[in-house]
Amino acid sequence: MNILSLFVLIPVLTIVGILFTKDYKQTRVVSAIGMGIQLVLAGLLIYLYLAERNAGNTAAMLFTYDTVWFPTLNIHYSVGVDGISVAMIGLTAIVVFAGIFASWMVTFLSREFFISLILLSSGVFGFFISLDLFTMFLFYEVAVIPMYLLIGIWGSGPKEYSAMKLTLMLMAGSALILVGLLGIYFNSAPGGGQLTWNIQQIARIQIPIQMQRFLFPFTFIGFGILGALFPFHTWSPDGHASAPTAVSMLHAGVLMKLGGYGAFRVAMYLMPEAAQEQAWIFIILTSISVVYGAFGAIWQKDLKYINAYSSVSHCGLVLFAVLMMNQTAMNGAVIQMISHGLMTALFFALIGMIYGRTHTRMINEMGGLMKVMPFLGVAWVIGGLASLGLPGLSGFVAEMTVFVGAFQHTDVFHRTVTILATSSIVVTAVYILRVVGALLFGPIKDDHFLQLDDAKWYERFSTITLIVSIAAIGLAPLWLSDMIGSSLVPMVEKITGMSIAGLF
Amino acid sequence: MSITDFLTMRHEVLLTILAILILIIDLNLKKEQKHYIIPIVLCLFMVHVIIGFLPAEGGVLFGGMYKTSALTMMMKNILNVGVMIILFQSNGWLRKPDNQEKMSEYFILLFSTLIGMYFMISSGDFLMFYLGLELATIPMAALAAYTHHQSRSAEAGIKLILSSALSSGILLFGLSLIYGTTGSIYFDKIGEVFTNSPLQILAFIFFFTGMAFKISLVPFHLWTADVYEGSPVNVTSYFSVISKGAASFIFVIILFTVFHSISYLWKDIVYLIAVSTMTVGNLFAMRQKNMKRFLAFSSIAQAGFILLGILGGNVLGMTSVIYFVLVYIFSNLGAFGVVAAISAATGKESMDDYDGLYATNPKLSLLMTLSMFSLAGIPPVAGFFGKFFLFTAAASGGYYWLVFIAVLNATVSLYYYLLVVKAMFINKNETPLAHFKSDFLTRVGLVSCMLGIFVLGFWSQIYEIINSLSIGITF
Repeated sequence: MNILSLFVLIPVLTIVGILFTKDYKQTRVVSAIGMGIQLVLAGLLIYLYLAERNAGNTAAMLFTYDTVWFPTLNIHYSVGVDGISVAMIGLTAIVVFAGIFASWMVTFLSREFFISLILLSSGVFGFFISLDLFTMFLFYEVAVIPMYLLIGIWGSGPKEYSAMKLTLMLMAGSALILVGLLGIYFNSAPGGGQLTWNIQQIARIQIPIQMQRFLFPFTFIGFGILGALFPFHTWSPDGHASAPTAVSMLHAGVLMKLGGYGAFRVAMYLMPEAAQEQAWIFIILTSISVVYGAFGAIWQKDLKYINAYSSVSHCGLVLFAVLMMNQTAMNGAVIQMISHGLMTALFFALIGMIYGRTHTRMINEMGGLMKVMPFLGVAWVIGGLASLGLPGLSGFVAEMTVFVGAFQHTDVFHRTVTILATSSIVVTAVYILRVVGALLFGPIKDDHFLQLDDAKWYERFSTITLIVSIAAIGLAPLWLSDMIGSSLVPMVEKITGMSIAGLF
Repeated sequence: MSITDFLTMRHEVLLTILAILILIIDLNLKKEQKHYIIPIVLCLFMVHVIIGFLPAEGGVLFGGMYKTSALTMMMKNILNVGVMIILFQSNGWLRKPDNQEKMSEYFILLFSTLIGMYFMISSGDFLMFYLGLELATIPMAALAAYTHHQSRSAEAGIKLILSSALSSGILLFGLSLIYGTTGSIYFDKIGEVFTNSPLQILAFIFFFTGMAFKISLVPFHLWTADVYEGSPVNVTSYFSVISKGAASFIFVIILFTVFHSISYLWKDIVYLIAVSTMTVGNLFAMRQKNMKRFLAFSSIAQAGFILLGILGGNVLGMTSVIYFVLVYIFSNLGAFGVVAAISAATGKESMDDYDGLYATNPKLSLLMTLSMFSLAGIPPVAGFFGKFFLFTAAASGGYYWLVFIAVLNATVSLYYYLLVVKAMFINKNETPLAHFKSDFLTRVGLVSCMLGIFVLGFWSQIYEIINSLSIGITF
């Protein structure tokens, strides 16, 4: 059994296990065990991957497994990982694991809740291990659709509206992706011969430039919608605000990364010439995402909306960095994906925990929470500092790398947008500190807050898992950036058309 | 008739014998024994289905009027499986006191139309094609009016017979022009001599219009919703799945074999009709509150997707159409099965009645959800694969914009399919439909739909078999 297939198999087995549970207590234990195994497996994968690389294995993809599925259309079940996907799998495993503990007290239809949640995670894992465009697309949709039920049933606020909006917008995105993928498939053998869905094989040929020009916007915008590309980001604030805690964590933490990952693994990697031609349009759009998201966050009063807009800004930065098309910036993009995934998951977890106690998410109704729930308060401050890029935490590493990479371009256009995008850091500091001040310090506005207790053990567990990961990346970023960097080399070479092997 | 001839047309022969047998058995049953006819028919039909799957060579009979190949046998077998499931699902409804008297009529009428479809699929010339078409249509009107004491059912019957008479007239006029200009009614001959002279194009357009009526493509779809709503649920599911599937099969065959010389022409027409069918079907489906009307419009939209496969115009297109119909049979019958079970148990058919259904009837809700996802084309259920391959076929012809329009339409359709899911899972309801347990046979029908929805996609073997058979079709 290939180790990568286990990442899809274990969630499926966990779901089967959940079917046999009797009440919510058993359900959550089974889910935690399943996702705990998944986390251990992810750790093992990272270890095995590094060991393999240290042993001198320089193949682009490791642990590959390939079997024909639909011979006529040459559809394969083909899996394999490089440093980027390994890192993303690690992120997903951590966030899902923390998410299970953050939803420890879901008692209403808990079986259905955990089944949908784990089904979603299996889609995400499948997406990251896929080397075949067909299975990649299949897993992508598997990851998107349980969202409707998760938000619609267990959400809060205008949940039906938000769930429908989110689902339809993301499905419209996948409509664009589908056109792009079909176009790539039918142009994957320009000199005649067998058409293929395999990303590695397609990367070796050049898709005719006219087709690239036509297909690139479809694919990039399609994935960009999931990555909160302006002006297609509007699903994100509504969706995240209405979603239950674990779903917000997973969605902002992991699912939005599918967009960034797909945008460079599929759109840019396979259609580099068109990417270079059209990059400027998307650079402008992503800079707007970055700045607009940050300013949007300032105006919001609802904690979840603040964090959702901050996600738009940070995910915009991922796409922004990818479009800079050089080694440093793209390295930063991947680190930013992981850093933001952990940070935002932490924030949404904390919001859920605070909301569960105060029953409000409006910052003007709260205050002085540091006195009544010091653990959650401290965790919030750590998350906030990571988000505004304090050295020693993951956010700094990511943003620093992105902006240094972006500034390596010497022309006016790139430098201007980089400077503009950098301004978001300042704005981020404003909204983060404003929330910290209003939420944690100052007088307690409501007397019944005094009776509230601090985090329970499962909440602490969930929070600490995320904080440790954030700090680990912040304090020792090199092993991660080396792992990503070496895998990025062939991709950056393909995208830029220049050899950079000597640099790393 | 020799044994080989029998094997060649075993579907038709066996089913005719079966229909006559039912008549004889029904005559010999006493009034209180009438309900024994259901298990008897089910067993006999099961045998028929199994014999249909036995391997056989294709062949030509009646001097070329009747042609059959492994591919057409496959099509008939697909229809058989669908009818089998419908028969299972009809059980609860047929046993109602109203229908006690006329159970056997239901089976006989159903099988007559099925025989018509067999002949239509296997036709080698337009005469046989037309005979099959009429045989498939006229008993259908009787089926639509099956619960004739209800005015809506009677109305559905009249509407169906009138609109099919009109469409048959148009079709027949087209056929007469084809005969007049080519001097032949045989598919093979016509395919060789058909050109783009104005009269022949006119003939083709009349033929196309007639067929568009049968498959209910926009703008020839207006009869569908009323007929679907008025007929009993199980008859509606037969219309929307089996009858539509059979018509799509023969439509593809004729377009690919007889009219392949003017494919550049019909591709433009099919393009326009596909776009309008998907869009109009979707827009109307969104506003429906009656489940049967809702599924009627959704099935119109689905027919628009089938046209995408036809546009591929190659083996890939043929395969994807057949595969899609197979998947569609299971997904749509899953949805109709749930509607039928609820209708039989409670008489409720409105979407509002489904509010909060998950709390009382979780299994039915689950099957309904899976069917809705499958119809919308969401993985990992089979509908995703069906739609994906249709899109692949269209993209192989370079129709990227059409694929884009189609996928956007699929997104729109997801909206209204999710409305049903929302009603069952999310909408609050103080008094949801009470819990009920369907009879055993209905549950068999529902479970087989669920299995089909899950297995068909992942089991690539089925697609490959259909593909290998499709290669045989001539262009």
